[in-house]
Amino acid sequence: MSAYLNPGLPKPAPAPDGLDAPYWEAVAEERLVMQHCRACGTWQWGPEWICHNCCSEDLAFDEVPLTGRIYSYERVWHPVHPALNEQGPYIVVLVEFPDHDGARMVGNLVGDPRQAVVIGAPVRAVFEHHPDDDPPHTLVQWEVVDS
Amino acid sequence: MNRTLRGATAVVGVGETTYYKRGQSPDAEFNLALKAILAACQDAGISPKDVDGFASFSNDRSDPSRLANALGIHDLRFSNMQWGGGGGGGSAAIAHAAAAVATGLAECVVVFRALAQGQFGRFGQGPRSNVVSGAGAFTVPYGLMSPAQSFAMKVRRFMHDHGVEQSALRAISLASYHHAQTNPRAVMYGRPLDEAWIVEPFHLFDCCQENDGAAAMIVVPAERAKDFDHPPVYVLSAVTGSHYRAGASVHNTPDYATSNFKTCVPRLYGMAACGPDDVDVLQCYENFTGGVLMSIVEHGFCEPDECNEFLTKENLIAPDGALPTNTSGGNLAECYMHGLELNIEAVRQIRRTSPNQVEDVDVAMVVSGPMVTPVSSSIYGSEATV
Repeated sequence: MSAYLNPGLPKPAPAPDGLDAPYWEAVAEERLVMQHCRACGTWQWGPEWICHNCCSEDLAFDEVPLTGRIYSYERVWHPVHPALNEQGPYIVVLVEFPDHDGARMVGNLVGDPRQAVVIGAPVRAVFEHHPDDDPPHTLVQWEVVDS
Repeated sequence: MNRTLRGATAVVGVGETTYYKRGQSPDAEFNLALKAILAACQDAGISPKDVDGFASFSNDRSDPSRLANALGIHDLRFSNMQWGGGGGGGSAAIAHAAAAVATGLAECVVVFRALAQGQFGRFGQGPRSNVVSGAGAFTVPYGLMSPAQSFAMKVRRFMHDHGVEQSALRAISLASYHHAQTNPRAVMYGRPLDEAWIVEPFHLFDCCQENDGAAAMIVVPAERAKDFDHPPVYVLSAVTGSHYRAGASVHNTPDYATSNFKTCVPRLYGMAACGPDDVDVLQCYENFTGGVLMSIVEHGFCEPDECNEFLTKENLIAPDGALPTNTSGGNLAECYMHGLELNIEAVRQIRRTSPNQVEDVDVAMVVSGPMVTPVSSSIYGSEATV
């Protein structure tokens, strides 16, 4: 897909400590992963060195479905970064994975930025690749699933 | 041993600089801190050389050793900083000062906050780096980076869960602006609400200002409290904390739509030995009106489903509202001194010197920095409460 936001915002880079590297490798291949505890089965996001439930270090990055539902959202009007001065309104959504301990991810809701947004609506991931950026990266956006 | 701060210490001096719009202070930030501290000492009628401790929050840049040097303090005994939490440390700094004084670590502690956003950076802008890593890598590239943007989705979810209307948020702002019109110190003195959207559900009038200035308060042991020029204002309670995984990154806190006070409030009222019905006036940190709304609920002043009926301008204004709130104009309309000016207004209400005085105030509450982590709250009482 084409970029949702105008270019010029800070670009995401894997953390220097290596904690989130498997996530960035996965989204480049259009897979979505989050941390999954091998000891107790808890899913967690964002990434941390140990499981928040049982404190095990044995965490894997396992695939989750490319669908979730809108837990909350915001429509931004005022630009707080020069890259967004000509953007106009845009929508940020917080997407919940109900079957993965309610873990959540943040992205933009593609489509009309003035659309009505419904909390609880099902959404599907859309991968926004930026192979020519420095560093190259992939953003994960969301679109409403017609039910 | 009775492990409580209730009534063990008192605020005997308060001081503020002139409050400016951001970037307009003629004084350097450190000098603002000194001016507020000197004003608080003058208010208490003490020499600055009698101060022996400092407590602040949010990584205040005015280092206590430099302050002690500038003020000529002979015996610095306490140098304290609440980690993190932005304005969530405003009452935590009071708790730490009170704890130090109550336990004999220090005798006379200044709680202060100084800000010159012209000299240093602004709060309300996104990062200017080319790359972002760590937790920010999962939010900033989506245009989620400012404080308003970071809290809007919590408030939206709370409004969704409880049927809260924009009018309830607006009433909080109307009350602050109403109170500012009788407070010549207020930056929004004589100014109307600005209706522009910033990020739904927040208009500009739902968002705090960004300001330059400084504020300071002096905490001493209760047994010395009557030796000063003003009636003492006792610290009845001051607590800080965070609920389960409040610090989870990428908006993953399980109990998300909250001002983060649910675990603090039982300790707050427990220490003060009072409840919401005993609170005569409330100073509640407005980073954004939605945080005030959830704080009012979580401190027990109304049920979540009663917000539309309870949060009206009439209920929130002095002198006759059911819960007079932010009676100096608060962060929205007096000054965003990171909420410490709210603690000072609580002191003024108990001294009977507020620009919007509520009658017969004996108990004043301060709520500091809703939605951040950790947060804090405090309760102050008159002589009649101890």
